[in-house]
Amino acid sequence: MIRFNNVSFGYPKQKLLYANIDLELKAGSVYGLLGKNGAGKSTLLKLMAGLVYPTHGKLSVFNADPTKREPSFLHEVFFIPEEIDTPSLHVLDFGAEHMPFYPKFNNEQFLHYLKEFDIPMTNLNNMSFGQKKKVWIALGMASNASLIILDEPTNGLDIPSKRKLRKLIASVINENTCMIISTHQVKDLDSLIDKIILVDEGEIIVNTDTESITEKLVFKLSSDISTTEQYLYYESSLAGNLIVKERTSEDEATKLDLELFFNAGINNKNEIKQLFN
Amino acid sequence: MNFHSNKAIYIQIADLICEKILSGAFKEEERIPSVRELAVDLEVNPNTVMRTYEYLQDLDIITNKRGVGFFVNINSIERVTAYLRKEFMEQELPNLFKNMKILAININEIDKLYQHYLQNNINNSNEKK
Repeated sequence: MIRFNNVSFGYPKQKLLYANIDLELKAGSVYGLLGKNGAGKSTLLKLMAGLVYPTHGKLSVFNADPTKREPSFLHEVFFIPEEIDTPSLHVLDFGAEHMPFYPKFNNEQFLHYLKEFDIPMTNLNNMSFGQKKKVWIALGMASNASLIILDEPTNGLDIPSKRKLRKLIASVINENTCMIISTHQVKDLDSLIDKIILVDEGEIIVNTDTESITEKLVFKLSSDISTTEQYLYYESSLAGNLIVKERTSEDEATKLDLELFFNAGINNKNEIKQLFN
Repeated sequence: MNFHSNKAIYIQIADLICEKILSGAFKEEERIPSVRELAVDLEVNPNTVMRTYEYLQDLDIITNKRGVGFFVNINSIERVTAYLRKEFMEQELPNLFKNMKILAININEIDKLYQHYLQNNINNSNEKK
């Protein structure tokens, strides 16, 4: 669905953020885009949406060139940024203003999601940041666009809303859509993400599905560190040692610990890269 | 659902469904929730639930009737019991043994408590009747 072919990108007068990256994203999945602050996650998302243009290389999104910003392409992309901007409009007028841009927009769904999120029927100016964010999420999900990009969607959401968001994502994802979520709050959404893209220092460290991660690696808490076993990464505390190691035929599959995987990927880049490329 | 244990999520969901079959919440030859329904309910990716359902089909516990949904098989209770027994024996029991050894708990002590537990359970279910 999305293909980066030898793409480089840098902001003007700065060194390249990404150099010659290749990346492919497929429909039917919820991608988790992970990376440290300033790693270029938002930039990667903006490239896909045609909000910034590659310096070199070719990028195609459903066989279209995002930089051309053709209506047929824009119909199918909904981008929910981290910092949201909302005009002084009644929430329903705000919805009505966006609807015409998305041919598959479903107003019933929009109203239903607003209700689920407890959004008051009032002017956006009277809403809190979290409420505005939920209006954007409701709009994005109701757009039925094929590519929905969410940059830090759980920021500002209260506890019940995070749960509603998880249910909402589980209900809308299908084999024709691709959802990309950039997040630092991995525990908020880790049961929904089924593909992981890990970026660091302008490189794609990993682009794989969670299933292959748990096939190849085990994540466990161990009371002692073995001197004979090779670990890819571990963290020690009084509670024990959190270990990431290659899975052998004797190891049962364990639950993916995304935070631990992230730290392993950042701290042991080369071995993790080798395992998944 | 809180996925706290170390097991893969799709296995934890399989365990959950097996428990529902044993408790009678899901009955033999009856339809169980669709992949989508269960994914929304448990707040997980539908692909994960699909994997659980494939796993349970391999274990001959449920069947996919095309266009209708997933159904609990006849005689699935036997297979569910065998599956959960195997899981208990291979995973939970070694943990229990490990703790018994550390804490120097004798198997006879456990047996006494277990007999007591069974006795109480019988009394309780009699009272209910």
